[in-house]
Amino acid sequence: MKSDELKSGSKQLKTASEHGIQAPLALLAELSHRCPLQCPYCSNPVQLEKKTGELTTDEWKSVIDQAVDMGMHQIHLSGGEPTVRHDLEDIVEHCTVKGLYTNLITSGVLLNPDRLKKLEKLGLEHVQLSFQDTDNENADRIGGYKGGHAKKLEVAKWVREVELPLTCNCVVHRQNIDNLENFIQMALDLDAERVEIAQVQYYGWALKNRAAFIPTPEQLDHATEIVEKARVDLKGKLVIDYVIPDYYAKHPKNCMGGWGRRFLNMNPKGEVLPCHAAETIPHLKFDNVREKSLKWIWENSEAFNLYRGTDWMPDPCKSCDRKEIDWGGCRCQAMALTGDAKNTDPACSISPLHKEIFAMAAEEARRAPPEFIYRRYGVRFNSPI
Amino acid sequence: MKDILKINESVKPKFPKHVRFRHNKARDEWVILAPERLVKLDPVAVEILKLVDGKVSVGEISTDLSKKFNAPKEVIMKDVIEMLQELSDKGFIEE
Repeated sequence: MKSDELKSGSKQLKTASEHGIQAPLALLAELSHRCPLQCPYCSNPVQLEKKTGELTTDEWKSVIDQAVDMGMHQIHLSGGEPTVRHDLEDIVEHCTVKGLYTNLITSGVLLNPDRLKKLEKLGLEHVQLSFQDTDNENADRIGGYKGGHAKKLEVAKWVREVELPLTCNCVVHRQNIDNLENFIQMALDLDAERVEIAQVQYYGWALKNRAAFIPTPEQLDHATEIVEKARVDLKGKLVIDYVIPDYYAKHPKNCMGGWGRRFLNMNPKGEVLPCHAAETIPHLKFDNVREKSLKWIWENSEAFNLYRGTDWMPDPCKSCDRKEIDWGGCRCQAMALTGDAKNTDPACSISPLHKEIFAMAAEEARRAPPEFIYRRYGVRFNSPI
Repeated sequence: MKDILKINESVKPKFPKHVRFRHNKARDEWVILAPERLVKLDPVAVEILKLVDGKVSVGEISTDLSKKFNAPKEVIMKDVIEMLQELSDKGFIEE
């Protein structure tokens, strides 16, 4: 951490309301970092939280109460794998009673028909099921879980049998991008309402594995064509959300709708983060719901206020007319690729580092993909950082 | 697989199971909630959607609103159809 950052950290930072920011819209609740899969692009931090540190059922219920009182609309029950928690049913029920829209983001492999039926009865509103590929063998290799893909196809059927709506979350990259049309067809065959085609985003685990995942610009263009055509053909039948790898975008993504503007992320031990990757920024200190209220944290937490608004921006962001459109892009990506979270996200074509990083990634994409570094829970020796 | 819904006078619109039209108490506002979607609504849309229950038709909704707001039914129905079609195309309304 640089001394000027220390100073700005101790200076009185503007709070959420001083920035004119209202209550957050949704809460991403990482109930646990435990997961039977080992996807090498996992969005969890590389230092995974142990079971013993996880919030209790009552602590999550209190968080839900606070979220509703603040005016939040939705909760995404995520992980790791949220179904490893035996109190998932209690948590879902509590959300329903309080009127929070519940979305379960799961790998599915631990689910069975009875549990799904129960969750639906308790008011679960939507299931997002992850898929690693449409090819059985390759899917299991990417997820590091034998029999996973076949199980997921079964789970999808169970989801629809209890009439829960389904989104297929498909993470695409150079090792499955040729199956893009099959992903869309799979979503249709599984009677999904929605399919998310998300290119890998490169932080933490995924950044370490970037060379294994990043597609060539040509592969990406082809993929985008397929998605655009499918969107027209399937309008009103299947919602297709598409996220491109922002290395190849002209403008950076307006990550999380701007730092600390719309969303909250909570990790399993109760720390409140502006986004799920924020732990990759080493100088950020996170407040915990075990010590402070959610409302206080949203309003005052230094981790939020440090990069809220535009005051913190250096050039070229400061003088850019898009600064309140993409808010400087992604702080975590700026940290990972430039060593300073305040820098312009190199995904932006105006970033002085854009060309260099783009060229490096495109070069990686042309070489043979290296072996994966798997995300293994509780195993440190292959930890990417 | 669903078919595309074309909204007309006789369609009886409803919200799909996963779509919630809900009043947020803390914010005192009506919104549509769907997976990773939040639709903020203007007062006219709220009035229309309060009548959507899968039992009444677009025509009946329009008649209702034309009385309530003392405006010609044809004018109201044009707005109703346009709004519901837009929501239907996004997967927020079905029959």
